[in-house]
Amino acid sequence: MNAIVDTPIQPTAAPHMLPAYLLEAKYEFLRVLRTPSFAFPTLMFPPLFYLLFGLLLNHGNVGAAHYLFATYSVFGVMAPSLFGFGVAIAIEREKGWLALKRVAPMPPGAYLLAKMAMAMLFAVIIFIVLAVMAMTLGGVRLAFMQWLTIGAVALAGVLPFCALGLMIGARANASAAPAFVNLIYLPMAFLSGLWMPLSMLPHVLTQIAPLWPAYHLAQLSLMAVGQVPASGIGGHLLWLVAFTAICFLIARRWLARAA
Amino acid sequence: MSDSNVVAMLQGASRQFGQVRALDALDLTVRRGEVLAVLGPNGAGKTTAMALLLGLQTPDAGNATLFGQAPQRLDARRRIGAMLQTTAVPDTLQVGELIALFRSYYASDKNGQPRTVADITALAGVGDLLQRRYGKLSGGQQRRVQFALAIAGRVDILFLDEPTTGLDIDARTTMWKTIRTLVAEGCAVVLTTHYLEEAEALADRIAVLAQGRIVAEGSVDAIRARVAQRRIRCVSGIDTATIAQWPHVRSATRDGQRVEIVTEVAEPVVRQLLAADADVSELEIQRAGLADAFVEITREAA
Repeated sequence: MNAIVDTPIQPTAAPHMLPAYLLEAKYEFLRVLRTPSFAFPTLMFPPLFYLLFGLLLNHGNVGAAHYLFATYSVFGVMAPSLFGFGVAIAIEREKGWLALKRVAPMPPGAYLLAKMAMAMLFAVIIFIVLAVMAMTLGGVRLAFMQWLTIGAVALAGVLPFCALGLMIGARANASAAPAFVNLIYLPMAFLSGLWMPLSMLPHVLTQIAPLWPAYHLAQLSLMAVGQVPASGIGGHLLWLVAFTAICFLIARRWLARAA
Repeated sequence: MSDSNVVAMLQGASRQFGQVRALDALDLTVRRGEVLAVLGPNGAGKTTAMALLLGLQTPDAGNATLFGQAPQRLDARRRIGAMLQTTAVPDTLQVGELIALFRSYYASDKNGQPRTVADITALAGVGDLLQRRYGKLSGGQQRRVQFALAIAGRVDILFLDEPTTGLDIDARTTMWKTIRTLVAEGCAVVLTTHYLEEAEALADRIAVLAQGRIVAEGSVDAIRARVAQRRIRCVSGIDTATIAQWPHVRSATRDGQRVEIVTEVAEPVVRQLLAADADVSELEIQRAGLADAFVEITREAA
């Protein structure tokens, strides 16, 4: 019983709905643009992290450079999705803005699609910055199709983390949401081998790595740079789709109760 | 729906929050073009009743319907507008942008009828605020913007949860005028308020809630008439203990020179008062207002 996620998102909205979808996205964009205290750190954090731990600590090891670029491109998309969804929705839910939009005839899905579009925009920007850094400072050399594939993985990677963020935003209160997001974001990055190869971690952590969505994305990304053999793509995709669907369904239940 | 004039309805609606029974089998009907004021002390269930009608919550038992449909349906929602009690609108958006956004919602339904921007700004009195960011506005201005968002569509029913809280007298009078204009167009209004003069000024019908139940319902006059009492005030030297012994007098109190007498009928008491004290001055008689009735009704219910 939830106006936002109850009705399935229609991929082709009726023409009269289009202005509402576009305005929703436009104002979401303006809202974020006018909140530099959110946009700036979110955009800066992954490149900064990459610079310190991916580039400066790694001297001249070409294999490691390619590995780290692939995994940091996954790390880069986690933040805008988790924070953009988890924290923003928690705030807008708690303050009653979401309730008002739910009462008004906002077309189903406009709210989530606008936020998703924002997260994807952020992900693209972060990916481009990381790619430029990898090329210029990291000595990463890839074929055009490889860049494109990693970019596509990063962009698609927005979806599972949006769903996870939505789940957090549906339940956590506004002041706790950032803490929850950090509690998931940073440990998951570490446990999925985004900062260093899983082979360097204790065996038990390697064993549980397939639990984390970031692990599966990272594997897809590593396949694109030729760091791991390209096999089992279907399994990774299936896991990511299932994870996204489950988070979304749980979030929908919680959102319905949280009004 | 047998009665096509019914726009919103609660039937035996109950809602429980933990140990607290916020609504207890509440029945409420709102008809086309009427103003229903829902009054009650804090925690009586006014906001919960509204949340059920708006589809923000679902009743644990009973039904909530808008136009005979579930309130969550998009085609029901395009016919309603709402001003909620706690709404933090994004600070960084301009008033004009917010209005454009809400107009687009009403335009997104093929049967929806958004109002023109000029119409909205004139009705809500926000014409001078369009370029301003919401976060930079005063509390009263923000309330007016929320009202503007509520009337962004040509709706059949408006839900206003304490709409004039924080408004100055001018802004309040303007909002009352606009509400009357909309009602004249056939729009129904459900209003909660702590200002009884607001209910007196606007409402066709009043429902008094206490502990999740309706304890009184009727026209303003009918509610007022439930308390058959008159207040007589004057300056007089007569001992209040003596007055209290007179027939029909319920109580008599003194504040300095002034005496206040509460009675169910004024005339015999005034006659006796004038007979007993030829020097009575500043005599005034007041019938019970809605406020007196409200106090009486909620005290009985408690």
